[in-house]
Amino acid sequence: MSIGINVQTQGEIMFVTLTGELDQMTTDQVKLRLMTAMLAHGIKHIVFNLKGLAFMDSSGIGMMLGRYNQVKALGGKVFIIGMNPTISKVFHLSGLHQVMTVIDDEKQMMRVLEEAI
Amino acid sequence: MKNEVQVTFPALIENASLARLMVMGVLTPLDVDTQQLTEIKTVVSEAMTNAIIHGYEGNPHGLIELKIELEDDRLAVMIKDNGVGIDDVEQAKQPLFTTKEEEERSGLGFMIMESFTDEFHVDSAPGVGTTVTFERKMVSK
Repeated sequence: MSIGINVQTQGEIMFVTLTGELDQMTTDQVKLRLMTAMLAHGIKHIVFNLKGLAFMDSSGIGMMLGRYNQVKALGGKVFIIGMNPTISKVFHLSGLHQVMTVIDDEKQMMRVLEEAI
Repeated sequence: MKNEVQVTFPALIENASLARLMVMGVLTPLDVDTQQLTEIKTVVSEAMTNAIIHGYEGNPHGLIELKIELEDDRLAVMIKDNGVGIDDVEQAKQPLFTTKEEEERSGLGFMIMESFTDEFHVDSAPGVGTTVTFERKMVSK
């Protein structure tokens, strides 16, 4: 199964929707796409929507950590929406919940972003 | 009921998803929830990726042996490589330990494998290779 990557930007915020399976085979593809978009649009904050992501292993955590380090250097933040229970467990084991903001309800996304940024 | 499947893969990264599918195939007769299946897929993916990236350091000529056993509700899996091996298994198990930081590896593989299994073992020796074995009792709906 391959990965689907949808990237939309709004000012300094990049909205990334991932679908399919994020593993070692697909992380490089995602990383390249995101780094290109970040550079092209002067991105400072990232919102990952994982609602359509069926599977993610620690390769995905490594990729997200890499993007977090990039935006952190610019004073930016990373937000996560729509983790399934297994991805949520992996995410919590990694400790990323301490540095990224998890948005439980997609409807609250814009309000959370306005307050946090 | 007992099912036993054994297969050998070349150490190609696309074979991590093939290994996940094979384990899912063996579990098909059980009526278990998606979360348990996804956790098992994650463990298989971590072990296969370790063998490919760390064991064989990307050399596609390496071979990885996968053995899957399902007896009633108990799943047992072995993933074995004959790669470079691990100098210090206990150190490698430490959260966030990675020898490939520049490649954005998270260093979480063993921690995830231990968390999602009932029994988990790593046998490794430098120059000989690494064998990961795990067991998990699958709970039917």
